[in-house]
Amino acid sequence: MDSAAAAARVDGRTAHLHRKVPVFVALSDIRFAKGRFALMGAVVTLITMLVVFLYGLTGGLAAAASSTVAGLPADRIVFGAPAGAAATVSFGNSVVSAGQQAAFAAAPGVGAAHPLGVSLTRLTASDAAVSVSVLGSPAALLPPLRQGAAPADGQVAVGADTAAEYHLAVGGQVRVGPSTLTVSGVTEQRSYSHAPTVWTTLATWEQLSGQSRPTVLALTGSPSGGAALDAAQGTTTVALADALAGINGFSAEQGSLQLIQGFLFAVSALVVGAFFTVWTVQRRPDIAVLKAVGASSGYLVRDALAQAAAVLLGGALLGGAAGGTGGLLAASAVPFDVGPATVAVPVAAMVLLGLAGAALAVRRITSVDPLAALGASR
Amino acid sequence: MTTTAQTTTRTGLALRGVTLTYPDGESRLTALDDVTLEVAPGEFTAVAGPSGSGKSSLLAVAATLQRPDRGQVLIDGLDAGALGDRERTALRRERLGIVFQQSNLLASLTAVEQLLVLESVRGGRPSAARSRAEELLASVGLDGAKQRRRPHQLSGGERQRVNIARALFGRPSVLLVDEPTSALDHERGAQIVGLLAEITRSHGTATVMVTHDRDLLGRVDRVLEMHDGRLA
Repeated sequence: MDSAAAAARVDGRTAHLHRKVPVFVALSDIRFAKGRFALMGAVVTLITMLVVFLYGLTGGLAAAASSTVAGLPADRIVFGAPAGAAATVSFGNSVVSAGQQAAFAAAPGVGAAHPLGVSLTRLTASDAAVSVSVLGSPAALLPPLRQGAAPADGQVAVGADTAAEYHLAVGGQVRVGPSTLTVSGVTEQRSYSHAPTVWTTLATWEQLSGQSRPTVLALTGSPSGGAALDAAQGTTTVALADALAGINGFSAEQGSLQLIQGFLFAVSALVVGAFFTVWTVQRRPDIAVLKAVGASSGYLVRDALAQAAAVLLGGALLGGAAGGTGGLLAASAVPFDVGPATVAVPVAAMVLLGLAGAALAVRRITSVDPLAALGASR
Repeated sequence: MTTTAQTTTRTGLALRGVTLTYPDGESRLTALDDVTLEVAPGEFTAVAGPSGSGKSSLLAVAATLQRPDRGQVLIDGLDAGALGDRERTALRRERLGIVFQQSNLLASLTAVEQLLVLESVRGGRPSAARSRAEELLASVGLDGAKQRRRPHQLSGGERQRVNIARALFGRPSVLLVDEPTSALDHERGAQIVGLLAEITRSHGTATVMVTHDRDLLGRVDRVLEMHDGRLA
């Protein structure tokens, strides 16, 4: 028989047999070594739970710091600067003039250029006081109203949670900074720099904040020749999402939390990789035997990855469920963002990164020599 | 499943002019020196010799686990030397059965699962092969509850019987047996060799058994002596 043709027949006959994911040895090992795999699964569960907590907390803190800006019905934000200073992306430093507003409003591509005043002050209602962010803006920038109407001069619209907590009702009086204002409406809750937001007109905002000019411009559309316009006007224009970096402490806060998440993911991948490295080393004699009796490296690698996937999925789903439940319970006390993504994203990331770690570990399978199965000692 | 192993004429094992050397310092040590051996289907051949004579190397080469420096290894007429690694793996899966010196069973699997894992390796459904695996184990003297025991719950002789049944599961043309009695007492060793002789007849395998125990060679068809890598 021609050897090459025979070889092709041998290989061709069996090639299709190894495309599916084998789980026979994988599941048997898990059943046999319950303690070891339960320990590994528990580690994955705990790390996933921690990551879900952090992920929800990061989202909650982000919303508390930025939901007012992120929710603006605008495409771009224009930052200015006091005379003599360069404009940077900072709500704390920015101030824009009427001339700049007119220039942007007239620029091609811009639908509207709304002036927006941003400041922090104190709201006093009944016998309680709370720090609030006050935004002076035209009605077009308000969040959706749940009750009442957009504020006129001398009036204020408050968020729903703020209204409920401080017993504020449409038509009632509330003291905002040095001014007593009438509550004109209740909006969806927003907050800026961790302070709940109340909304008023630009004129009233100037009065109670002591500012004579708005903080930024909120643009709909995008000015053509934006860079030249910025250069001419001494402004810096950024997309709405990028404007969040202009909130004091926002980037540092989010960066810190995301760094911790990253470390946790890295630790998870390393722990899973280390476990499967040790496990693969312990299994070398079994792997050699399986190779000697005809198991391909691909079969064994897929089997080992299926084993890792089973452990990771079990652990991560359990951790996701525990973390999500804990987050729901904690949401009333801490800014925890509750939603499907809060659980799904960390669980998916844990599984994928864990599999990456396991893949690096089980690649050792390919180097196991089946000849070792014929060794005199095991 | 129809396989080439079943559809191709079973011609057994042939080694022709096989030489195998290992690095040994600055020189090379000759483990197999121009070895030629033919074993027909249904023939039980023993290769005896002292430690270091090359018996294990002969088995490693015949099992396609090691490539010789020179010569041909033919399994049912297929030249293993012409095959790549994947093809040789497939060849072992389809045509070779190996009975290891130590039973080399997987600790996590029961006796019957030691056989079923091969069905998984071959791409089949292990559950579909359960009855055949149970019959095969029963045919080597392991039945009932023992089939559901893990290796540490079996005696040395029982583990070796599982080892033999596993080697037979793929309906091999060639059965290679490495010192099967080294961990057994004389009585159990004799039983195992007797079982291998029966299997060789009933399954029509070309069986090669390497051993250093000359007391157990009464049931084999042919005994070859190996000294310093040469067969006599």
